[in-house]
Amino acid sequence: MNKIVQSLSEAVDGIADGSTLLLGGFGSSGVPLELMQALLDTGVTDLTVVSNSAGGGPMGLSQLIEAGKVRKLICSYARSLNAKTPTAAAFEKRYRAGQIELELVPQGTMAERLRAAGAGMGPFFTPTAYGTRLAEGKETRVINGRGFVLEEPLHADVAFVKAHLADPLGNLTYRYAGRNFAPVMCMAAKLTVAQVDRVLAVGDIEPEQVMTPSIFVQRVVECEHVPIIP
Amino acid sequence: MSPLSRDQLARVVAADIPANSYANLGIGMPTGVAKFLRPEQGVTLHSENGILGMTALPEGQTPDVDLINASRELVTLTPGASICDHVVSFSMMRGGHIDVTILGGFQVSVEGDLANWDTGVAGAIPAVGGAMDLVAGAKQVFVMMQHTDRDGQSKLVTECTYPLTGKAVVAKVYTDLAILEVKHDRFVVRGMIAGMTFEQLQAVTAAPLEMAVDCHTIEV
Repeated sequence: MNKIVQSLSEAVDGIADGSTLLLGGFGSSGVPLELMQALLDTGVTDLTVVSNSAGGGPMGLSQLIEAGKVRKLICSYARSLNAKTPTAAAFEKRYRAGQIELELVPQGTMAERLRAAGAGMGPFFTPTAYGTRLAEGKETRVINGRGFVLEEPLHADVAFVKAHLADPLGNLTYRYAGRNFAPVMCMAAKLTVAQVDRVLAVGDIEPEQVMTPSIFVQRVVECEHVPIIP
Repeated sequence: MSPLSRDQLARVVAADIPANSYANLGIGMPTGVAKFLRPEQGVTLHSENGILGMTALPEGQTPDVDLINASRELVTLTPGASICDHVVSFSMMRGGHIDVTILGGFQVSVEGDLANWDTGVAGAIPAVGGAMDLVAGAKQVFVMMQHTDRDGQSKLVTECTYPLTGKAVVAKVYTDLAILEVKHDRFVVRGMIAGMTFEQLQAVTAAPLEMAVDCHTIEV
C-alpha cells in the first residue's frame, strides 16, 4: 500500500462541491496551509468548513472565505483574537454582509462531536453550554441533578491536517501542539489528506510513536511548509 | 487610592492559585498571571491546545511555532510536560481534572453566573472558544476583570444582561478594586485596595456586598 501522492493538486483532487471539510490547526500551529491554498486553485465551492477559528491571518482559510468558497463555517472562535491585528478579517466582512452562515460550537463540544463521528457513536449528552444560548433549540435533560445538552456527531467528507512525519502507509506523528484537532479530524472524515514535513520509509516510525494510525489516513503529500509566526 | 494595574492584579491572582495545582489561564488578562507564579508554588499550567506544563518563553530563547498557548503567545515547556490532542485536552477540562481556571469576564452575577463570550450587541461576532467547557468542568472558576466597564458600569451585577457562559459557576472574582467571593444573593468582600472604603466599593458595584470580618487590604 502506498498513500503518497506526488503533488498538492493531486492531494486535493476529486473533492466535490458542497463537501464538509475539516481543517486542523490551532493558532499558528498544525495549519494545513498549503493544502488550503491548493484547494483554492480548484473550482471547488459551497463548502461547509469546520475549523477552531474563523481564520489565522490573511492566508489559508481567510483566502477560501474571501474567494467565496465557504457557504458555512462551524467554529468555536469567530472573531479576531486581537482587534489590532485581525486574523479573521475576511470572515468578519462576509459575516456582516450576511454572505456566510456561522454555527458557533464550544471548542470541547466540537472535539467531542468529531470524536463521536469517528468512533461510531450516536448523539451524546454534555454539560457544556447547558443553560446558555448555545443550547437553545437542542434537547436538554437533567440527569442526577445535573443539566446536559444533546449533541450530534459531526461527520465530514474531507479532512486536511498538517503532520510532521508520515510513512507510505499513512501513519502520522505531529510536532508539539501542532497535533491539536488533527487526530480526531482524521477519524471523522471519509477522506483524510495529510500534508507532512517529511516522509519516512515503512517501519521508520516506531509503532509506539505513531499518533494517528494509518487506517485513518487516505492521502499523504510531502511539502515544504512555511511556518506562520504568531 | 489607585486601582491595581494589570500586572498588580495578575500578581494578586497568581499568589492565590493553590500550591501543586493544575491550572488553566483563559485568554486575555488571565494569561498575564503566568509570569507571576513562583516555581516553589508547583503549579502546572494547562493550555487547551494540548499542553500540560508550560511557562512564558524566556527572553533570548528561540521560539517554536508549535509551542503556543490559548492566546497564541509563544511558550516553552517545563520539565515533565506532556502534549496531547484536543479530545484528551478537553477531557482534562470538562472531566473535572483541572483544579482551577482563571477566566476573563464581561459580567459576573451574585449567583456566580458568568458572561464572557458575547456582548449580544448588534454586529458583535461571538467567540466562545473553550470557556463553556472550562466552566462546566474545572473544580474552581475564578474570574479576573476590571471592576467596571469602559462606560463606568459595574461588571458585578445581580443578574447578567449579556448571554451566559455558565450558570452558577464562579467562586471568586478578582478586580482592580477588590477580591470578592460569590455568595448566592451577594458578594462577600475578602479584600480591597489600600485607601478604599466599603461604601466607596458598594457605590461602584451594582450588586449587594457584604464585608468579610477578616477583609484585608490587598498588598501590592
